[in-house]
Amino acid sequence: MEDLLREFLIETNESLDVVDNELVRFEQEPNNADVLGRIFRLVHTIKGTCGFIGLPRLEALAHAAETVMGKFRDGAPVTAEAVSLVLVTIDRLKAILAELEATSAEPAGSDGDLIVQLEQMALDGGAPAQPKEEITIGTLSPQVLERPLRPGEVSLDDLERAFRDTPGPQEKKADKRESERRTGERRHPDTMPNGAQTLRVSVDTVERLMTMVSELVLTRNQLLEIVRRHSESEFKVPLQRLSNVTAELQEGVMKTRMQPIGNAWAKLPRIVRDLGHELGKDIELEMHGAETELDRQVLDIIRDPLTHMVRNSADHGLERPEERIKAGKSAKGTIRLSAYQASGQIVIEIADDGRGLNLSKIRSRAIEAGLIEEGDQPSEAQLHKMIFAPGFSTAEKVTSVSGRGVGMDVVKTNIDQIGGTVDLRSTPGRGSTFSIKIPLTLAIVPALIVRSGGERYAIPQVAVVELVHRGSNASLVEEINGALVLRLRDKLLPLLSLSQLLKLPKRDVAESEAFVVVMQVGASLFGIVVDDVLHTEEIVVKPVAASLRDIKVLGGNTILGDGSVIMILDPNGIADSIGATREERTIDDFSAKEVALDDDALRSVSMLVFRSGTGSLKAVPLSLVTRLEEIDAKKIELSSGRPMVQYRGGLMPLVPADANVKLAQDGTQPLLVFTDGGRSVGLIVDEIVDIVEDRLEIKVASETPGVLGSAIIREQATEVIDVAYFLPLGFNDWFHGKGAAREKKKLLFVDDSAFFRNMLAPVLQAAGYDVTPLPGAKEALALIERGARFDLVVTDIEMPEMDGYAFGEALQANARTAHLPVVALSSSLSGAAVAKSERAGMHAYVAKFDRRGLLQALKTASADLQEAA
Amino acid sequence: MSKAVETEFVTAWIAGQLFGIPITRVHDVFEAERITHVPLAPSEISGVLNLRGRVVTALDMRKRLGLPPREDAKKQMVIGIDHEGEAYGLLVDSMGEVLKFASDAIDAVPINLQKDWAAISAGVYRLEDRLMIVLDVEQILDFRKDTLAA
Repeated sequence: MEDLLREFLIETNESLDVVDNELVRFEQEPNNADVLGRIFRLVHTIKGTCGFIGLPRLEALAHAAETVMGKFRDGAPVTAEAVSLVLVTIDRLKAILAELEATSAEPAGSDGDLIVQLEQMALDGGAPAQPKEEITIGTLSPQVLERPLRPGEVSLDDLERAFRDTPGPQEKKADKRESERRTGERRHPDTMPNGAQTLRVSVDTVERLMTMVSELVLTRNQLLEIVRRHSESEFKVPLQRLSNVTAELQEGVMKTRMQPIGNAWAKLPRIVRDLGHELGKDIELEMHGAETELDRQVLDIIRDPLTHMVRNSADHGLERPEERIKAGKSAKGTIRLSAYQASGQIVIEIADDGRGLNLSKIRSRAIEAGLIEEGDQPSEAQLHKMIFAPGFSTAEKVTSVSGRGVGMDVVKTNIDQIGGTVDLRSTPGRGSTFSIKIPLTLAIVPALIVRSGGERYAIPQVAVVELVHRGSNASLVEEINGALVLRLRDKLLPLLSLSQLLKLPKRDVAESEAFVVVMQVGASLFGIVVDDVLHTEEIVVKPVAASLRDIKVLGGNTILGDGSVIMILDPNGIADSIGATREERTIDDFSAKEVALDDDALRSVSMLVFRSGTGSLKAVPLSLVTRLEEIDAKKIELSSGRPMVQYRGGLMPLVPADANVKLAQDGTQPLLVFTDGGRSVGLIVDEIVDIVEDRLEIKVASETPGVLGSAIIREQATEVIDVAYFLPLGFNDWFHGKGAAREKKKLLFVDDSAFFRNMLAPVLQAAGYDVTPLPGAKEALALIERGARFDLVVTDIEMPEMDGYAFGEALQANARTAHLPVVALSSSLSGAAVAKSERAGMHAYVAKFDRRGLLQALKTASADLQEAA
Repeated sequence: MSKAVETEFVTAWIAGQLFGIPITRVHDVFEAERITHVPLAPSEISGVLNLRGRVVTALDMRKRLGLPPREDAKKQMVIGIDHEGEAYGLLVDSMGEVLKFASDAIDAVPINLQKDWAAISAGVYRLEDRLMIVLDVEQILDFRKDTLAA
């Protein structure tokens, strides 16, 4: 019974959440029979189960609600009051369930008040329409009820019929499959409806698994470190296997912890609906990217801040309908929630089209709260930041909605706690957008290992913007009355010595403080001076002991591959310790930049800059580089005249980045390692210079093989190398088995973003396609008009002038191109977008960053082409 | 006659004085190797170290007892204990034998014992040629209170 009850509680609570949201939807589309059918069925199931387990209070309440729903189904008008009443009933059901969960018994009490209202509603609202005789298939066995019908109650026969008439989820799924087969359309596996079986597993079990996997990762790292020291070890091969299995296991367990962010949003439609009624505002809640997954631990922590921010937008952000109309906007205000993944982080945005932040009000409140002085002239960005200050609230009156003693400061604290940042943009009269960036997971993070004062420290990679070597740029570091600043391009960065920050003992000055790690936390940018930058490593974050938890600049500790324990620095803690005075200056310096960043952030790209051959600067997008290695020059062997090196249990061919590069004879040889399809090639370079973040715009295309062209990176002319050229040089058969023996397929690649063109074109080339990248649909159509022939098309969806859908339709309209398989690329993967792309004749729809998915989609597309030919 | 219950103690030497910890509290005894300094930490914490994949926070018992650091370069030993789910290690000069005492043979902490010693002592046992001070693990790890008060 215990188990049965627990199961019942879990299922019923989930069902009720669904009913909540379905009801809100139903209120907006009262004619949607599907939605009503689903609500009816859920409520009925709850009623049935309660009757079965013997919970009379729940049963009676669910029955009364079901009756009202039944009237709706019979065509009674759907009123806001009726829906509100049902929602209140559902709240009561939840309250009883909570009690039931705590005490294992249904609480005493009566719901007569609600039941009377519901019954009254059923009698008034529902026209006593005689149910029409309908033709049903199957036999109806007469059923007898042992008691007279309650008001509004339907006979079992009617119920039976209702069930048969309502389409169930099973049938729907079958429909979809059928339509897919009919049109012969294929969809990307990721977007397939999830029909897989699921298991409920307790969180504890998953947590324990995660801990054990973390330990396994550490042990694996230790073993790898040991084997690395003994070059001739018979353990090498099995260890490599163990290493791969561990990595897969880690990924698998991480996946079980991942949950779609939609889970944290599930209650929002209801909250927003109730708020709208309470405040007399008409609010539409849009949700995009609900399927974006993140670690459940992270999800738990951001759930409340998100709810609070949505409330905040509804209460303070959006105006009343009359105000909106006066301002020339539609009466209905919109709150848009969106989530997407970008470079190992999840970005969540909460945007409203309301009045925007009232700067003068913030200003006066800030003076009142003693945050600024009367005469101060804070910048706009600084004023925006004030709302995150403790105890700050601009609402004139404390409403029942937002004024719950929870301020934006609590939101910020919660987000800080998980190493995230929150930012704010606001335009008066146009609305505000909060954007939260949080790490994907807290358990295992990529980190940069640095050395200072003889000890090593780990800095979470998410906070690191770039590395600057001070050796070559010594003059760039200047001192203003003892405060170090770095002149970096057109900015002045506050610098902090890590050894001073951590009060480390003074060391030999000779080779110390050679690197600056530029970090960004929220809007503040600063540099940390360290002695040396060692490497990057995936670290398992372990919390520090309670007695060390007060040290704000430390975020935990971890065990490295060599078995030593090192401390992890907390970027937020460091930013705080730099102090408010400096932070303000940083904001001043960068506020202008911040606005511009919006647009540029997507387009700017991390580039690895290196020197080779003639000494000219060369660069490659960092995302394409798998690892940077410095290997002992003596380990380089020649095999049939080609340089090779033993690397991670295999032989890796080495290719010079430039004809003039000479292999180091002794000492170490720097390499850039590229990996594709399980094979690695080492690119021989003379010196790795820096990692910089900059826009990649190729100014001059190059004729030299292996060079895409020249770009200005950090105000220096730099050759951008073509990775696709070097990969096959390592393996003669690189493309073999990938269909290179056949003629290369001609692929048209349309994307308005230069960054994506530059990033994906080499990938597509390396996969064996003859790629023609173009910046827009117009250009593409013009090229086709001029007689260019292609076998495949890859297009971005979000483009100015003509978007991807219109482009797809244009291609279909032309007899010459109608057969072309088109793969759509987009940064948002909503169901609606997928459906729209299908209508536009797209072959597949792939997320922009999903390189593997894109190649897979192309492979299927060209296989179809083969069949058709 | 009630039969006296016997308690076993892991013993250790710190600056020539013998100390004991109930054996049930001791998790591990190991050599102090590769201790990583924790910046900004209270001075009693000499750092963190890796014990079979667990991070152990090492506490310098000499510091805790207000004694000067050791002059010889001999390796220190660590007594590993668990406290509220976290692993701590007490750094001592060297280990002694495991000793058994009847629990009713314990003497109270002499009232004239120096304050910071008395605070972390749970009693004294008399051996033939010397005295063994019983350490109170909870009190040892509660140094933050002292530090903060100071």
